[in-house]
Amino acid sequence: MAISEEQVRHVALLARLALTDEQVRVLAGQLSTILDHVETIQELNLAGVLPTAHALAVTNAQRPDEVVPGLSQEQALRNAPKQRDGYFVIPRIAGADGDLAV
Amino acid sequence: MNLDLSRLTAGRIRDAVASREVSAMELVEASYARIGALEERVHAFNQLTREIALRAAERVDSMVAEGAGLPPLAGVPVAFKDNMNVVGTNTTCSARILADHASVYDCTAVGRMLAAGALPIGKCNMDEFAFGSSTENSAFGPTHNPWDLDRVPGGSSGGSAAAVSAGMVTIALGSDTGGSIRQPGALTGTVAMKPTYGRVSRYGLVAFASSLDQIGPFTKTVEECAQALNAICGWDPMDATSVRRPEEDFTASLREGARGLRVGVVRDMLSAEGLAPDVRSQVLAAADTFAELGAEVGEVDLPHAKYGLDAYYIIGPAEASSNLARFDGIRYGYRVSDPNDVVDLYMRSRAEGFGAESIRRIMIGTYALSAGYYEAYYGQAQKVRTLIIEDFARAFERFDVLLTPTSPTVAFRIGEKADDPLQMYLSDVYTIPANLAGIPGVSIPCGLSEGLPVGLQILGPHFSESTVLRAAAAFEEARPFDVVPPLVGELAA
Repeated sequence: MAISEEQVRHVALLARLALTDEQVRVLAGQLSTILDHVETIQELNLAGVLPTAHALAVTNAQRPDEVVPGLSQEQALRNAPKQRDGYFVIPRIAGADGDLAV
Repeated sequence: MNLDLSRLTAGRIRDAVASREVSAMELVEASYARIGALEERVHAFNQLTREIALRAAERVDSMVAEGAGLPPLAGVPVAFKDNMNVVGTNTTCSARILADHASVYDCTAVGRMLAAGALPIGKCNMDEFAFGSSTENSAFGPTHNPWDLDRVPGGSSGGSAAAVSAGMVTIALGSDTGGSIRQPGALTGTVAMKPTYGRVSRYGLVAFASSLDQIGPFTKTVEECAQALNAICGWDPMDATSVRRPEEDFTASLREGARGLRVGVVRDMLSAEGLAPDVRSQVLAAADTFAELGAEVGEVDLPHAKYGLDAYYIIGPAEASSNLARFDGIRYGYRVSDPNDVVDLYMRSRAEGFGAESIRRIMIGTYALSAGYYEAYYGQAQKVRTLIIEDFARAFERFDVLLTPTSPTVAFRIGEKADDPLQMYLSDVYTIPANLAGIPGVSIPCGLSEGLPVGLQILGPHFSESTVLRAAAAFEEARPFDVVPPLVGELAA
């Protein structure tokens, strides 16, 4: 299945990746090749086959509901690119361009 | 005592520490001395952790001084793939986006190794976020195979494999999502095991594909592999997918031999396109060895296994694209310095922080999960996964373990497959089905082809590690792999 550059741009927006024109061009070709290959599974008759999400069915995996120490605020902020007064600092969200585009 | 780590087993090291023949401190120095001699050519490590190793050695040496009982891996030099969190280190996943990421907690498997008395020597290079089969996709440069420095060590856990192969450390942990422990094990002549899904906690392992990822060891011998499993397996309240099973001693059945073991050779995998003739003949010779040892050897087909690769390259990227959504430049990781707004921050931080293969996998996964394509790709792949599980279930009615090649070829040249992602993906064709089915598998060296190691993969049903390792130990005893990489021989001379 051929993936167009327009489709690559759409998926890149969904994935929040700012790709260059060159990356878009290369990925269109590579994704087409890879998806062509994986499409061989379409030749199987899978009617009535149940999907598997996990190879081992673990159910009701619970642990005792006890209060234990978690990460401290300092630890949680240890790798923050920008922080102030115990908060993560981010640029404005409302009205951001990509918000309107999706 | 000769402290050539390429010749010492974990058991011998612990005994020598217990009898005060050598101190843990001396073992740390021996490990760094070898790394000093070889690392420039191999590049197995992203970071050396001398301070932490010396503190661990001090603890072991004070236990010896006090005459306290020693834990099972006391004094054993170990290394961790750089996707496992270790407090006091950066956990980078060999990715620019995490280059400065300081661990704030220990990965459970790491903590268990340290509790067993192991000495943490360093963090190993890998394909970025474990995406790859050659360790070339590292933001910090490739790792070189100690058997031939112009060749790849396999991947994604190539640094871990190379560190053990070169005798820099005794045990290294890696992670295996589609073969990332077993394939580099094959390419470096090491014993490399992926346990049953859920045997080892994934807490503190940076997630790639959560339904497939599993931590496991690289060692030189099967016994050390079993000892490493003893240390790292077990239920963890911090990982809801870790399984609750009674504790097992994986060394217990290593001496039971192969007599009476039902060994199935996976026939259709041996006629697959792309399998090197030499690799094929060595795997068939391994089957003959099992027959000579008294095993009941037969043939079996896994008709859907050939679709495993395709299902995997949908499921793996789908889960990865979800897991990697967390790297958005907000709470940790790389952030561009001049964002216009938050979406611009996400999009440019991610595009600049991720390497080409990570971007490729995120794109495949996002596409496969996107509206209109979800059922055709992800839904179908999940059904194929069911068929592969059923194939294995049928095969294990007749056989205790299955034999396949680990990798279709021996180590390939650095750069050889770098521009052809699909060819690279095909390296994992024999290892992927075990991840999809969640079953355990070990790769052990079964010979050389043109001077490079060939790996034999032994697979068993869920929770059959003891049987898989029993088969591996019987083979190892009959056909000991006593050659060492030229680099290691050179150093010993």
